[in-house]
Amino acid sequence: MVKFAIDNLDIRFGAVHAVRRVSMEIFDHEILTVIGPSNSGKTTFLRTLDRMNDLQPNFKMSGSAAFDGEDIRKMDVQDLRRRVGMVFALPLPLPLSIFDNVAYGPRMHGLPGGKRLLSRVEDALMSAYLWEEVKDRLHESAFKLSGGQQQRLCIARTLAVEPEVILFDEPCSGLDPISTAKVEDAMLKLKQRYTLVLVTNNVMQAARVGDRTAFFLSGELIEIDKTDKIFTGPNDKRTDDYIRGRFG
Amino acid sequence: MTMNPYRTQRIAFFFLFLANAVILLLVGLIVAVIVQKGLPGVTWEFLSDIPRQGMRAGGIFPAIIGTLYLVAGAILFALPIGLLAAVYLSEYAKDNALTRLIKLAIVNLAGVPSVVYGLFGLALFVVFFKFGASILSGSLTLGIMILPLIITASREALESVPQSFREVSLSLGASKWQTIWHIVLPNAIPGILTGTILGIGRAAGETAPILFTVAAFYLPLLPGSIFDQVMALPYHLYVISTQVPNVDERIRYGTAFVLLALVLIMNLIAIVVRYRFRMKKKW
Repeated sequence: MVKFAIDNLDIRFGAVHAVRRVSMEIFDHEILTVIGPSNSGKTTFLRTLDRMNDLQPNFKMSGSAAFDGEDIRKMDVQDLRRRVGMVFALPLPLPLSIFDNVAYGPRMHGLPGGKRLLSRVEDALMSAYLWEEVKDRLHESAFKLSGGQQQRLCIARTLAVEPEVILFDEPCSGLDPISTAKVEDAMLKLKQRYTLVLVTNNVMQAARVGDRTAFFLSGELIEIDKTDKIFTGPNDKRTDDYIRGRFG
Repeated sequence: MTMNPYRTQRIAFFFLFLANAVILLLVGLIVAVIVQKGLPGVTWEFLSDIPRQGMRAGGIFPAIIGTLYLVAGAILFALPIGLLAAVYLSEYAKDNALTRLIKLAIVNLAGVPSVVYGLFGLALFVVFFKFGASILSGSLTLGIMILPLIITASREALESVPQSFREVSLSLGASKWQTIWHIVLPNAIPGILTGTILGIGRAAGETAPILFTVAAFYLPLLPGSIFDQVMALPYHLYVISTQVPNVDERIRYGTAFVLLALVLIMNLIAIVVRYRFRMKKKW
């Protein structure tokens, strides 16, 4: 089933042409990895999907992006972001306790405190493989956690909202290899329940976790295909050059 | 000659130290003079009695109460309005030429001489709204005077909350108002209180804005309502220092000491509140 249908998407920030006529689809319960050098438009593309680009000044978009068949620009933006969660490049805990970080989303959507909230927080922390490490210190500041734990906390916080899609924007760029492996494990498990879009600068990570992989260059979608195909026999020479580290 | 970096640093350090020493010396001198000349006059009777014998004896109780009312009234008026204006300017207003002009105008309003606010208050509150010379007129005038301070400090406090916190909150599907209420405002409170502290000090100390709008020359009574006139410490100090001959130095400096102590106490309260919020801050 098609989750996102993107048609002729074109994005400019003032004079900067960030994304050029991109058309593609994102399927239910897949991990789509998006690779490409810096300034290739992959993060801008990702932030289109939950309309975070709307916050940027001079943002102009043409073409269309539909979520479950509905034009995202006609959707209620809060509803869209509730259904399409995002994990940012740097671990960004809110200045609250560990518990309150995870409970933040559900609370904002009107879930009252009590047993249901508790179990929602616990479930989210378990799915993010963080529960065992924090269950005895839920009311400490989230800033006391290590970088890797903070990033898993951010994943838990996104999961607690019970979205349908989770967008990852280079979630492991600040993490050591062991923390990275834990985050990747979490993503592979999450695939059963969610659709994941992962933007990454780490080509090997894309190969490890992706079902399909999209390659962006200078704002254009060069190629999108099964991850195996991209890494063994891509159609475009530029894709081949990039994954072999010949440029970018 | 080549510069010796070590010596350059020593010279720079010396001047930095000197600047601080000059400030400390001046502040210390002011406090020392007022404490030395004023403290002997500050007795329980001085604090709790009404002025007697044409203000040459008795106490300053009505002026203390008057100043407390005026400061409380000014904060009550200026803090909510200033905060809401700051939230609008920093969170909602589009960043365009008009917004920047408004921000610039507000910053500049903080520098308008206080006597101008006094005249404005006289024209608007005393005459036009017919509040007369009253606590209401005086509080509103002082409130308008400290509005720019509070708006500017609050705006800076709001803008210093990292943009990433807002993005995270919005990305979780929270509304803009929820983001402001649950994330931005709690983290801006220390900065907002700093603005409030500055406002308290200014509202308590200014003479010109209350001169035409509320302050009574001699009124040895406590106010019955916000439509009454009151005495106020800065104006009382001016009166007994320049308008009434032969007032004992102990009374004059005693009044100055009480005014200073009052501002200090009010600031201390705000500082303690701010400290508690800073402790709660988790980043």
